[in-house]
Amino acid sequence: MAYDKFSIINTSAVPLPYENVDTDQIIPARFLKAVERKGFGDNLFRDWRYENDGSPKADFPLNNPKYSGKILVGGKNFGSGSSREHAAWAIYDYGFRVVVSSFFADIFKGNALNNGLLPVVVSPEFLEKIFDQIEKDADSTFEVDLPNQVFTITATGESTDFEINPYKKHCLQNGLDDIDYLVEMKEQIAEFEQA
Amino acid sequence: MTAKTLFDKIWDAHVVKEVEGGPNVLYIDRHFIHEVTSPVAFLGLKTRGLKVYRPDQTTATPDHNVPTINQHLSIKDELSRNQVDMLKKNCDENGIVYHGLGTEGHGVVHIIGPEMGLTQPGMTIVCGDSHTSTHGAFGAIAFGIGTSEVEMVLASQCIMQPKPKKMRITVNGTLDKGVTAKDIALYIISKISTSGGTGHFIEYAGSAITSLSMEGRMTLCNLSIESGARGGMIAPDETTFNYVKGRQFAPKGEDWDKAMEKWAELKSDEDAVFDTDYTFDAADIEPMITYGTNPGMGIGVSQTIPTSEGLSGTDKTTYQKSLQYMGYNEGDAMKGKPVDFVFLGSCTNGRIEDFREFAAFVKGKKKADNVTAWLVPGSKAVQNQIEAEGLVPILEEAGFQLRQPGCSACLAMNDDKIPTGKYSVSTSNRNFEGRQGPGARTLLASPLTAAAAAVTGVIADPREMM
Ligand code: SF4
Repeated sequence: MAYDKFSIINTSAVPLPYENVDTDQIIPARFLKAVERKGFGDNLFRDWRYENDGSPKADFPLNNPKYSGKILVGGKNFGSGSSREHAAWAIYDYGFRVVVSSFFADIFKGNALNNGLLPVVVSPEFLEKIFDQIEKDADSTFEVDLPNQVFTITATGESTDFEINPYKKHCLQNGLDDIDYLVEMKEQIAEFEQA
Repeated sequence: MTAKTLFDKIWDAHVVKEVEGGPNVLYIDRHFIHEVTSPVAFLGLKTRGLKVYRPDQTTATPDHNVPTINQHLSIKDELSRNQVDMLKKNCDENGIVYHGLGTEGHGVVHIIGPEMGLTQPGMTIVCGDSHTSTHGAFGAIAFGIGTSEVEMVLASQCIMQPKPKKMRITVNGTLDKGVTAKDIALYIISKISTSGGTGHFIEYAGSAITSLSMEGRMTLCNLSIESGARGGMIAPDETTFNYVKGRQFAPKGEDWDKAMEKWAELKSDEDAVFDTDYTFDAADIEPMITYGTNPGMGIGVSQTIPTSEGLSGTDKTTYQKSLQYMGYNEGDAMKGKPVDFVFLGSCTNGRIEDFREFAAFVKGKKKADNVTAWLVPGSKAVQNQIEAEGLVPILEEAGFQLRQPGCSACLAMNDDKIPTGKYSVSTSNRNFEGRQGPGARTLLASPLTAAAAAVTGVIADPREMM
């Protein structure tokens, strides 16, 4: 799937200070009936964002006008549960390009990377600092520097390195995906099947 | 030669290429697809002008989104119907075998694979569904993937994956009466938490594991993902081979003998090293029930809800938010709490053994009036077997009706939704907020504990009634 190339971004962030945010919350199952990859952002965090009658829940961060930006900051064990890639699509489609947490569930992390959404793992202490900074000033910005793998709190200048697999980094920076790679390996795969 | 785990042996035999500084290109033997996570993958394939590379290694069935009554009628919900039709169309266009609604091969994807003998020891198996871990019960590497990866497998029969770490969970001893594989799983997750397995692939071992039936092993491996692990597996043994032998797609004749030779190698070497090791005692496990909004929030049915003492920060707020959603208080006893719905089914507990246990338990008893019960077989074959074994009259006598196969209230994509605020004792795998319908409150438990709730109308200890 084509997505925007990723390099350095500098934006404010939306805090979601809950742990174990599972993919059923990110996008509830009843919104998985589409057969195209479109419009999932509208139902991102649907049941946390809206009442049953469709009115927005004022206390949910995504509905709070003071928060904006391309970075979503979540508590530990973000993205657990169902393998639905719709979760990554919904977050991307809503406008986020980065999700920060101290811990990600495996499948979610893979899905995010396959869709141009960068999962950034920081220490629990650094995560608290990010939450504190947003709490202090919701307009605070953060820099995510993929080439150098550094995440910085602009206001304080505090920064931390983050890890990413070199192959995945290359893919993200160039907007490439694994399928191109695999299709080019056809012969080698056929040989493997023979062996 | 260095000692290898069971996982290493199968993984290493399937690596087509190690990408420098990157993941492994892993060959996939078996690919299961369903209607929800495949359409965008087929669309991607079409956009790239590609065909399915190995249709004969791909099997499809619609399960997530299908009604569990009146399956002979066309599906009422337009979006659901469209998704199911789309799967059929994609399969037809690409020469993939499709087990449609009402046909003998239909059912939840993780139930039909083993039933048909498509799931075999030593294989790599994927599906765009996290509970693909179920198939690990046969000594296979089986794990859930996202839609981009479904597209990869359709296009190349390969997937790009970093090799996970290895964990061994040993459970020794004998299970108490009334304690099942489901309880072992919920117990383990309550101990290691829903992220304890992250980054790992689990091998289950020990006498309490090897004495489980294949159905029980599938239940246990199914729930591996709820500990955060990609999957779980159990070394194949006589129980496994006896289950596989004679099934539709199982090797036959000479091929069987050859397969058996290979399968005999499928165990961890004695001195193989695991990154993480846990050992539990079966005697410590009682029938389990969850009280919160993730599968790690489980306790023995006779216990009380833990307090938030000792928690702080987001740990504490998350815990309190969870209890608030459930309408429970710290320190509450679980026993005696009211129940509105009971769901028997899903890829976790929708197999014949689960229905046998449930039926044997409710035999001669009556369903409580306040409980609505949904009994949903995991597949048409399970449904046929329930009928053939004469369980239907027993269930009906006790006030229960059987529905038709599908995922049903496990994720409530169809009409089987638990209403807001209602309590559902469910044999499925996830008690997340809204999993069984917006506002629904799910309590995960075994078929026996579900049966005890169904006949008493409250949470009850099945051991006291057996
Ligand atoms: S029964 Fe539930 S967990 Fe299993 S495949 Fe269906 S929706 Fe997923």
